[in-house]
Amino acid sequence: MNSVILSAGTRYLVWLLLAFSIYMLLRGHNEPGGGFIGGLVGATGFVLDAIARGAQAARASLRADPTSIAMIGLGIALAAGASAAFFGDALFTGQWLFIGGSETEKGLPLSNILVFDIGVYLVVFGSVLALVFALEEVM
Amino acid sequence: MSQITHETPEAITSRSAVRGNGLIGVVPIVIAAGLFAFFLQLTPPIADGQRLIWTATWIPSLGVELSFLVDGLSLTFALLISGIGALVLLYSNTYLAGHPQYGRFALLLSAFMVSMLGLVLANDLILLFVFWELTTFTSYLLIGFGHEKEGNRRNALQALLLTAAGGLAFLLGLILLGSAAGSSRISDILALGPELKEHALYLPIFVLLLIGAITKSAQTPFHFWLPNAMAAPTPVSAFLHSATMVKAGVYLLARIHPAMAGTAEWMWSLTILGATTAVFASFLAMRQSDLKQALAYTTLMALGTLTLFLGQESGYAITAFATFLIVHSLYKASLFLVVGNIDQSTGTRDAATLGGLRVAMPLTAAAAAVAAMSMAGFPPLLGFIGKELKYAGALAVASEPILVAGAVLVANALMLAVAGVVAYNPFWRPGAATPKAPREASWPMLAGPMILATLGALLGVYPDILQAALVHPTVLAVTGGDVEPKPLELWAGFNLPLLMSVATFALGAVFYAFRDRLRAWMDVAFAPLPKLDAAWDRLLDGLKLLAAWQTRRIQTGRLTDYLGATFVVIAAGLLGSYFYVGAPAITADLGAATWKHLALASLLISGAVLTVLAPTRITAIAGLGVVGIGAALVFIVFGAPDVAITQLLVETLVVVLVAVVMLRLPRLRAEPFRAGRALLAAIVGAAYAGVMLLILSQPLDRRLTDFFEAASVPEAYGRNIVNVILVDFRALDTFGEIAVVVVAALSAYALLRLAQGVAR
Repeated sequence: MNSVILSAGTRYLVWLLLAFSIYMLLRGHNEPGGGFIGGLVGATGFVLDAIARGAQAARASLRADPTSIAMIGLGIALAAGASAAFFGDALFTGQWLFIGGSETEKGLPLSNILVFDIGVYLVVFGSVLALVFALEEVM
Repeated sequence: MSQITHETPEAITSRSAVRGNGLIGVVPIVIAAGLFAFFLQLTPPIADGQRLIWTATWIPSLGVELSFLVDGLSLTFALLISGIGALVLLYSNTYLAGHPQYGRFALLLSAFMVSMLGLVLANDLILLFVFWELTTFTSYLLIGFGHEKEGNRRNALQALLLTAAGGLAFLLGLILLGSAAGSSRISDILALGPELKEHALYLPIFVLLLIGAITKSAQTPFHFWLPNAMAAPTPVSAFLHSATMVKAGVYLLARIHPAMAGTAEWMWSLTILGATTAVFASFLAMRQSDLKQALAYTTLMALGTLTLFLGQESGYAITAFATFLIVHSLYKASLFLVVGNIDQSTGTRDAATLGGLRVAMPLTAAAAAVAAMSMAGFPPLLGFIGKELKYAGALAVASEPILVAGAVLVANALMLAVAGVVAYNPFWRPGAATPKAPREASWPMLAGPMILATLGALLGVYPDILQAALVHPTVLAVTGGDVEPKPLELWAGFNLPLLMSVATFALGAVFYAFRDRLRAWMDVAFAPLPKLDAAWDRLLDGLKLLAAWQTRRIQTGRLTDYLGATFVVIAAGLLGSYFYVGAPAITADLGAATWKHLALASLLISGAVLTVLAPTRITAIAGLGVVGIGAALVFIVFGAPDVAITQLLVETLVVVLVAVVMLRLPRLRAEPFRAGRALLAAIVGAAYAGVMLLILSQPLDRRLTDFFEAASVPEAYGRNIVNVILVDFRALDTFGEIAVVVVAALSAYALLRLAQGVAR
């Protein structure tokens, strides 16, 4: 598709959508969002890019191979789930750490759940893009 | 004689250059020898009548234990496995010296040995099965060790398919046995009285276990895989197909003997199977001119004899079983290794041409002579005692003593003749020139055959040691202690067994002298028998054809066929369950619907109608998009923002993807109206709508919702319940789902790439 407006706009939209997707990912535990939605939003940016400038260009701006991203995401999710074993819990049990937390203040929550969700994000992001790019290239 | 070739030419050429395989050659030998020493020091307590049980929990939820039982029977097997294993590993290290894949070989052989030890020591039915299958699998890899040759691969696969198919029946039998006995612990099952024999499931259990045992132990009519398994390197044949794996079936029958033997079914099946196999295999052994094949068939004869005795309950029969088990392992492993020496030294295993090797290979000849005399049953070797006990056991058979004793006599006489062919001819009579000038094997390859042959001789002179240490404890374990074991004696006085021994020597000499005429007669007599090996190939070919046919039928490659099949199944499932269960009346209350709901419904309906009636593809896609976005709006209206966002995003992506694909497709042709498809669509739609209404008319079960609402913040520190469920409460499910996402994406990616390649 040769649209100057689309390709010019996409350059900013990609970044905007990526930033938004990370925002969606991080807020997911308490507000609407999460890894799955985040991954889809992030992928949408590059799908736009692929429509505007072609799959080759979108691949180049992504740099990493989308299938590898998906695989790494799967590995991260597995590692996050398996990490519970180090704390003596069953696999995929949530482990939490509240940095700077006190009796009254919750502090900054960190958990293997977040790591797991990042894995989900990468899987969805990578898989969708792998499929879209391949389709674009074949068709 | 084209099939008589050695399997490792590269090892032979490099024999003088390389003496072993370094550390990877030595370590397995040390491990095996250590295991042997460990089992040896268990002998005194077992000989005193103790039983050792070691148990750890494994899968408590299924009642499966990591439990091991050492009694006379399992200890005898464990000693044979680890002892012969150590000697075979020592032998292999030189036989396959410098082989580029020796590491793999040693690993497989050691893995097999450990699996086999696990099999005989397991005290839990499921554990027993796990090790049973492990031996099947490792032996498959060992038979196919020379995998560059197609024949080897085919023979390995045949052994795998047959024993694994038997293994499935075996698993079923074990599960039934466990449920009938009320425990999967073997020591508990052995302690049962006659309950099992009177159980309603006795016959199915027995038949299923028997199928597993006879496929594994290559009894007629499943005997044909064993000679083919000789595709393995000779040390593997010596280990797997003489001393260990093929005896796993016999071991199983012996193991369950206390709980299941004594019924008419047990006695007759085992007697007939065993006797048939023993006699048939002895004749087949006479037919072979390849030394290794001849030995393979004599192994079948031994397995048949062992099965035959396990069919009985008398003290003589079981003592004969225990003794012959040990005798056979000693002489057979020894002879296999001797054949390996001949093969590697001369370059051939053809009994018709070999001769005069005693000059060049005196030590191998000596080992062969002693082992063969034990096989033929000459005094004062252990084989003689074994044979006397066999006759005594056969005469004590409850069913048909004359017939059984006759069968054993003929089989033994043929053994004597085969022993002559295998161990006398190659060494002591003049022979033709061999492909290579023979020379004596080096000490690691002599140690195995000589030690095993010497043991057979020593134990024949001092049978008391063997009797006290292994034979009597084994008899105790096999009979459950109800039967008095019989003594092992070189001289038992003038009796019927001795007379039969003399008859055996005479008949055996006749068979040996007229062996050529016997072969010619057998070529004629056996010609009408079904060629099971060829039938097997036809069976496999037929299976492949069937698979190809049904794949073509099911995988038509037309999307409409797949969708049609899917919809038919969905409609049948929904409507079928609706009528089968007799669902309550649908009470849909539409009174609470507002204008918002009605507007949404009409949006969805118009989108669907548009999709169906659209004249062009792009319109149809847009119609689908309307339906999808309508669904997202439904989620928003009813307060599920997460699902709505996901739905919107997925819908957008799907429309983009489908548009990309569809725009490249040829223009939509005007299709005629197809009543069948319209009807199917209407039925599926109606069924779904009915199910939806049905669900709505049921009271809502809020237990899960309530739990998640209550537990989300205190237990998982998250207020977004959907996400908390996804990443915390149900994280394992999510992990499975994202794994599916990756697999689906990769498969689609691969398919697209393939299509691209085809298009070019």
